[in-house]
Amino acid sequence: MTETLTRNDALVIDGVALNSRLIMGTGGAPSLSGLGAALIASGTELTTVAMRRYSVDEAAGGGTNLFKLLLENNIRILPNTAGCFTAREAVMTAELAREALETDWVKLEVIADEHTLLPDALELAEATEQLVNSGFKVFAYTNDDPVLALRLEQLGAAAVMPLGAPIGTGLGILNPHNIELIVSRASVPVVLDAGIGIASDAALAMELGCDAVLLATAVTRAQNPVVMAEAFKHAVIGGRLAAQGGRIPKRAHALASSAMNGRPDL
Amino acid sequence: MHTISLNGTTESLPAGTTVADLVTATTGRVLLPSGQAADGGRLGVAVARNAAVVPRSQWAATAVEDRDELEIVTAVQGG
Repeated sequence: MTETLTRNDALVIDGVALNSRLIMGTGGAPSLSGLGAALIASGTELTTVAMRRYSVDEAAGGGTNLFKLLLENNIRILPNTAGCFTAREAVMTAELAREALETDWVKLEVIADEHTLLPDALELAEATEQLVNSGFKVFAYTNDDPVLALRLEQLGAAAVMPLGAPIGTGLGILNPHNIELIVSRASVPVVLDAGIGIASDAALAMELGCDAVLLATAVTRAQNPVVMAEAFKHAVIGGRLAAQGGRIPKRAHALASSAMNGRPDL
Repeated sequence: MHTISLNGTTESLPAGTTVADLVTATTGRVLLPSGQAADGGRLGVAVARNAAVVPRSQWAATAVEDRDELEIVTAVQGG
């Protein structure tokens, strides 16, 4: 039953059906082989990468080994613009990614400063507009701001990706109400991105109505990344099913689930 | 000789060196005139010259000029 539901419930972005609603990042993994095992355990079909200078340094992925790893495992690549502080840098990075990786999908990150790693709303909007006009499918990493999320959609973003908490903090979803508000008004997919710490955070994101979850550190820096990746796989499926199942209303007082009539006199 | 910057490192190159030559020297992959890898695999790199993307179809025809700043990039862990 579960498998039937999830199989018929693909996330469609830009005409591409993704059967897993868990989008993985690759940052923070100590080794490429460990990363590969975690990605496979997660069941992900879409995974982010950063664009950096070509280096044969193994710690940095070793030449194009990360690219090969993703191709070999049929995992679609979502290049990001991590490390960009201006729209100009982000657009340039996206153009390089399109040329190198042969995809017009891009996770657009335009960061205000290294301390908070929070998106710079003005540069983000500017870069979204430019990239959409250049034919990119923009996955906009944004603050958990319902107004900004809607503006990014109006600028042509293919998906909006509000943060749960700042990148790498593992603080979970700090403002569930805002995430619900973003979901309720969006007509493009909403992907909860950043701040996820543990499986229940991902389940909550899906219960709030998000279409997918993107995480990296929570798996790559877990004590056992493969086990944690599998936990997230199930959490995302569970949260999605819960969102579709229709939760009971919250009540102030208890409500017996066993009927009182027919109770024997004892 | 031309003096250029390649991925932040200063290098001296003979006049006539092309972007394709630099990609092959950096990645160890032989290129077809189209800029695709001769081994049939996907190359996975892109080149910026003076902050503008050089499409791979232009690599063989683009000669490096003195004081050019080149970046050869690929996918690494992140995000």
